[in-house]
Amino acid sequence: MSVDTETVLRIANLARIAMSEEEAERLKPELNNILGWVEQLGEVDTSGVEPLAMVIANHTHMREDMVTDGDKRDEILANAPLAEHGFFAVPKVIE
Amino acid sequence: MANITDLGVAEIRDGFRAKDFSAREVAGAFNDAVAGAEALNCFIVTTPEKALEAADAADSALAAGTAGPLAGVPLGIKDLFCTKGVQSTAASHILEGFTPTYESTVSGKLLEAGAGMLGKLNMDQFAMGSSNETSYFGNVVSPWRRNDGGNTPMSPGGSSGGTSSAIAAHIVPAATGTDTGGSIRQPAAFTGICGMKPTYGRCSRWGIVAFASSLDQAGPMARSVKDCAILLEAMAGYDPKDSTSLDEPVPSWETALSGDLTGKKIGIPKEYRVDNMPEEIDALWKQGTEWLKDAGAEIVEVSLPHTKYALPAYYIIAPAEASANLARYDGVRYGLRELPDGANLQDMYAATRAAGFGEEVKRRIMIGTYVLSAGFYDAYYTQAQKVRTLIVRDFDNAWAQCDYLLTPTAPSAAFGLGDLSDDPIAMYLNDVFTVPSSLAGLPAIAVPGGLDKQGLPLGLQVIGKALDEQGVFNAGLALEERAGFSARAEKWW
Repeated sequence: MSVDTETVLRIANLARIAMSEEEAERLKPELNNILGWVEQLGEVDTSGVEPLAMVIANHTHMREDMVTDGDKRDEILANAPLAEHGFFAVPKVIE
Repeated sequence: MANITDLGVAEIRDGFRAKDFSAREVAGAFNDAVAGAEALNCFIVTTPEKALEAADAADSALAAGTAGPLAGVPLGIKDLFCTKGVQSTAASHILEGFTPTYESTVSGKLLEAGAGMLGKLNMDQFAMGSSNETSYFGNVVSPWRRNDGGNTPMSPGGSSGGTSSAIAAHIVPAATGTDTGGSIRQPAAFTGICGMKPTYGRCSRWGIVAFASSLDQAGPMARSVKDCAILLEAMAGYDPKDSTSLDEPVPSWETALSGDLTGKKIGIPKEYRVDNMPEEIDALWKQGTEWLKDAGAEIVEVSLPHTKYALPAYYIIAPAEASANLARYDGVRYGLRELPDGANLQDMYAATRAAGFGEEVKRRIMIGTYVLSAGFYDAYYTQAQKVRTLIVRDFDNAWAQCDYLLTPTAPSAAFGLGDLSDDPIAMYLNDVFTVPSSLAGLPAIAVPGGLDKQGLPLGLQVIGKALDEQGVFNAGLALEERAGFSARAEKWW
């Protein structure tokens, strides 16, 4: 499988990365090169093999159902590019 | 007495306790060394005041009889660890200025044990790279140079390149690294130091900027196996804030260190003999098997048949996880925001991410987004995770025949900065020997073995069974004792 410029732009949009057509043109052969290389995995017979879900066996812990965190509004907002009235502020989303 | 900055973790700890020097003297000496090594570009931020503050606390604690296990030892912290009140960027533009209001579990445990922080170490951006050329804050330069009289700046490896360069240059005694596919071990090999990637889950990932969560592990880097053992004891342990951290007791690895391998079997995986590997690396590998035999071990050849598929599987799995993890950088909650005139919210996300991520990071997010997209998920991602199962099985089969595996750490010595930057796949191949054990979550150590004919360090790697850090340290120690590696980069910076 290989990607064309239109696909590169579609992926960039899905990844929310602004990209010009020139950049997509430049990226296209790089991505195709990498995709062509990883496609050698297709030659491995994986019939009957489960995809790996957990690399080291571990168990999930239960804990008391009680509040252990929170009440940190100002700390959470401390690094916001723009905070107003105790909230993260973003460009208007409703016309 | 030797120069303080030539001392390792154990020597500083013990000398401080014996009152050979004060913690303040140690911190001052390393602060000066850091300030004098700007040409290496190891640090993004230096924190001499933090190092002195911890040193003063250590000096008081010693007097009061309450000194912690790492009291008096200053360390470097890779910039992937969030550090309270100190900028933490993962070497990216998108997190420039981000000042966490909390401390990562691992760096917090080190500080609690009495260690001080000399600063935040440069690295490949978001830990994506094998040469330390993807940092927004410039390349890190290795203290090592070829012995050809030229002054070609050499790569310190990556992604923990600031860490490896700083330790090799003796401007820090030791530091934290993180390893997703080799980011502790390959830079350790390139700079002639030791680096330990523990079992996945040994160290909490809480507060470490996430790259590929099923692979990321913190670990120590230092100039000796013993120093790595001391640091890992302080870093490891169960953390309720990371559901993948293992609820296992942390052994006293330092106390049980022994280079006697009587009764142990060392596997030599035949698939690690790759094409175009320099003869000197092959020779060092053979030498390493002789060293382990000398330590009492028996050598057996083993087969890990899916080895060649580990790298391509990794370059599906790691970008897929990265594309999800890095979705959080959106210009809303922290870091950079780009808001072009008249932009709506979606435009702001896209402009912020376009301006804030470097080329390699974008490339991996794009690959990850593609392999997870509708219609391609099974062909790429599911297949890669099935191959990962087969790689884990390969190791399980090997453990029926041996206790540890011995391999070279990297397929070449360090290369010059810029040598591979136009060829992503050639760069990815640097991790050919480290990625399989990462995919299987196994502990592995890199130990320096010698110099090649260009005068550059070469490393050996020991891989062990899950949770057998002790065995890995011991086999690493057996190599270290016999290699007697004492070469050091001549100071030019």
